[in-house]
Amino acid sequence: MAAKSEDRSKLNRELAQMLKGGVIMDVTTPEQARIAEDAGACAVMALERIPADIRAAGGVSRMSDPAMIKGIQKAVSIPVMAKCRIGHFVEAQILEAIEIDYIDESEVLSPADDVYHIDKTKFKVPFVCGARDIGEALRRIAEGASMIRTKGEPGTGDIVQAVRHMRKMNQGISHICSLRQDELYEEAKRLEVPYELVRSVWENHRLPVVNFAAGGVATPADAALMMQLGAEGVFVGSGIFKSGDPAKRARAIVQATTNYTDADLIAKLSENLGEAMVGINEDEIQVLMARRGV
Amino acid sequence: MRIAVLALQGAFIEHEHALNDVGAECFEIRELSDLKKDFDGLVLPGGESTVQGKLLNDLGLMKPLYERIKAGMPVLATCAGLILLASELENDSARYFGTLPVTVRRNAYGRQLGSFSTVDNYDGIGRIPMTFIRAPVIVGVSPEVKVCAKVDDRIVGVEYQNQIALAFHPELDQDRSIHKRFVSLV
Repeated sequence: MAAKSEDRSKLNRELAQMLKGGVIMDVTTPEQARIAEDAGACAVMALERIPADIRAAGGVSRMSDPAMIKGIQKAVSIPVMAKCRIGHFVEAQILEAIEIDYIDESEVLSPADDVYHIDKTKFKVPFVCGARDIGEALRRIAEGASMIRTKGEPGTGDIVQAVRHMRKMNQGISHICSLRQDELYEEAKRLEVPYELVRSVWENHRLPVVNFAAGGVATPADAALMMQLGAEGVFVGSGIFKSGDPAKRARAIVQATTNYTDADLIAKLSENLGEAMVGINEDEIQVLMARRGV
Repeated sequence: MRIAVLALQGAFIEHEHALNDVGAECFEIRELSDLKKDFDGLVLPGGESTVQGKLLNDLGLMKPLYERIKAGMPVLATCAGLILLASELENDSARYFGTLPVTVRRNAYGRQLGSFSTVDNYDGIGRIPMTFIRAPVIVGVSPEVKVCAKVDDRIVGVEYQNQIALAFHPELDQDRSIHKRFVSLV
């Protein structure tokens, strides 16, 4: 008889490992979910409004209607993720009740708690959280996140913040690796994170969980840029379904994420993609979502 | 000896580490030009089979790899890789390499909440850790396919000619006996 074990934290980190090298796409309808799956998405993020529209609409944005999420779960065979508000553990409980594959405790929605994040160790389903640097990433992992993504600036089509966050993450990891072992306690204190996590980064030269890029990815070149900077995969939010030819753009981004160093291929993939999402520059926007929940 | 690891999407680096641990040299296949290198065995890793299958076709890799598998090149396929090899999928009209005469049910344990790990017997090796992540199972096999592992009476590991196909992920655990067995076939 099999002795089954339920180390959820290990299993949840391992699901993120299976998503590596892939593209996770925001979708708002079952039809979009099928387009994303056919184009080669390794998972979809089910939400009522994509970040660009959340930004345009203003007001409070919340977890999506469970019926809408279930419709998307029925439409595709790949993993389905959904967002809950930062600190809103009841929205997370609801998402767990409908057996979501991954919860994104996301700054794209309006935060429900301006002090505390969700204690993610209390859940069986995995969580992905945004981070701008190594300190934020390790705090989220300490709270139980099984996967990290850059925050970027969602709904803008502007890659500058995702680049900044990925570079800061890499610099933070390099800095930890450059320390003497007896300096790690002080670094843990400075970052406000548990010593064990700093020690893990120091030993393995990487975050203890998978790290994706997110926020502002709009073109195959953007995806390849983030992969060359060390991302292990890419989230594309508004960039696909706010563009002229979503299916074609989605396919191109998937291929560029796999072959991210092949400039000849990416050049071909970038031809005649139709209109990219218009985008908003960082200095033109009113709400900086990346500042939510640090 | 050199092993090619299909590196289109998924947990391919974990297989590379495991192969290095057992002393095998390996390299990644991401596009057609990578097939110019010589290799003696192929690993099809876990990940999303829909993504890998689509990229195999889009990048022109399906036919040349199919021909090498058909010609007898040893293959180790895990999870999504099992789906790529299966001649039939019970709950999906798609078919990829189709070189392994088995019927596979995708996502047989449900969503991520159904993922689990266990320790169970693999024929010829003994008890090994087995990690199942949104895993498929094998629901039917041709008589010439050897069933090597069952968990709760469901078939999770088979061998057929040059092909080893598993519903679980040996690359996620530290036990290297599956990779040793694969390398011994090469």
